[in-house]
Amino acid sequence: MANGELSFEQAVSTIIRRHGERYSAPSSLALRIGDALETTMGMQPRAVPFRLVPSRRPLAALAASLLLAVVLSSGTTWYIAAAGRQGGLAEQAVASHARSLLADHLIDVASSDQHTVKPWLGSRLDLSPPVVDLTDKGFPLLGARLDYLDQRQVAALVYKRGLHFINLFVWPEGDSATAVSMPASVRGYNLRRWNGGGFTFYAVSDAEPRQLDKLEKWIRAATQPQTSALEPSSTPKLYLDLSKRALAPLAFELHLIPPSPVKE
Amino acid sequence: MANRRGPRDFERLALPHLDAAYSLARWLMQNESDAEDVVQDAYLRAYKYFAGFLGGNFRAWLFAIVRHAAYDWMRRNRSQEIALDVDVDGVSETSDDAAVSDNPETALLRKADHHMINEMIASLPPVLREVVVLRELQELSYQEIAEIIEVPIGTVMSRLSRARVRLIADGQRRLKETDNG
Repeated sequence: MANGELSFEQAVSTIIRRHGERYSAPSSLALRIGDALETTMGMQPRAVPFRLVPSRRPLAALAASLLLAVVLSSGTTWYIAAAGRQGGLAEQAVASHARSLLADHLIDVASSDQHTVKPWLGSRLDLSPPVVDLTDKGFPLLGARLDYLDQRQVAALVYKRGLHFINLFVWPEGDSATAVSMPASVRGYNLRRWNGGGFTFYAVSDAEPRQLDKLEKWIRAATQPQTSALEPSSTPKLYLDLSKRALAPLAFELHLIPPSPVKE
Repeated sequence: MANRRGPRDFERLALPHLDAAYSLARWLMQNESDAEDVVQDAYLRAYKYFAGFLGGNFRAWLFAIVRHAAYDWMRRNRSQEIALDVDVDGVSETSDDAAVSDNPETALLRKADHHMINEMIASLPPVLREVVVLRELQELSYQEIAEIIEVPIGTVMSRLSRARVRLIADGQRRLKETDNG
């Protein structure tokens, strides 16, 4: 084997592995399959009548299924799996990152102005996460959206670095049960996690690790000296508040589910 | 032993592969809703034939079913797409080789963006696309891929090599168009 050939293969392989999309199954798919196994294959039925959840609105149904899986403590494997398949915050964060790019649902509020983004998040979450615009550092802020990680609502700030998107998930520090060690990368995406200003930051991107290092450095610099501006607007209680506007449709759907779903 | 295999064993084995199965189907079908239908179909088939799974590599067994479901779906709905790929193993590589100039892969590494690379993979015919996805994105062994697509290992390797050459040639073409345009 000539060296040239090997390097050619490696080079192509590197390009593909760096950029090629690893799609994640939508959470609704596990539910759908579990449902189909039950109805057509006679698999043991699950405790909750999922048909009560409207499926015509995919996004709402997806979110509702996530909620259900969290709200209810029992159920079949298929449906617990829908919430945090293969477990792990890192997997969830990467899946969420990939989904945000694929489903064309990267941002709910498109603005590079931190004074627009921060109040927008504040009005929808029980917290006001730090929002730092790093355009002059080469990390333009594209906007933000609400996301759902580790059984909580989180803020997802979206930055761009060159051609790469970076999802920066933010939630109150100390609120996480998974503050253990995390991988530096999952399925080709690089991950960074740090705490600062009372919040946990979790960055996911296909940008190079050193770019995430830079992002971390700039955000740390911006969040640490001025802690007063960064305090949560209320106690760091992130669990779902169904009265919030963003979740109002879901609240309605959830009420359709019997509070005690298991037939005695 | 095989008789004791039940629904929970199927779940335990099949669920962890759902993302990868979906990714394979998504790459083959090129859209989300078809991919979901294919994966659901494949999981139902797999459950139905689970008793016939004689042990060994479950993932390869499952992915072979996903692949069959995908191709069945394509045959029913887009017969022309598959017909284009029949000769893929027989065609000489020299013409494409000639199109690749000095170090094009390094040029690609420098210039190609995420979107372009994914479009390039998507433009490969399904039989080449699937080996790229299984090898590079899902990082399976040649042996596993050979089991999944039911060809000898040598064929897996030659398809991969063909796919790489095509990708580079396609990348060069795209970069040239970008430069000119």
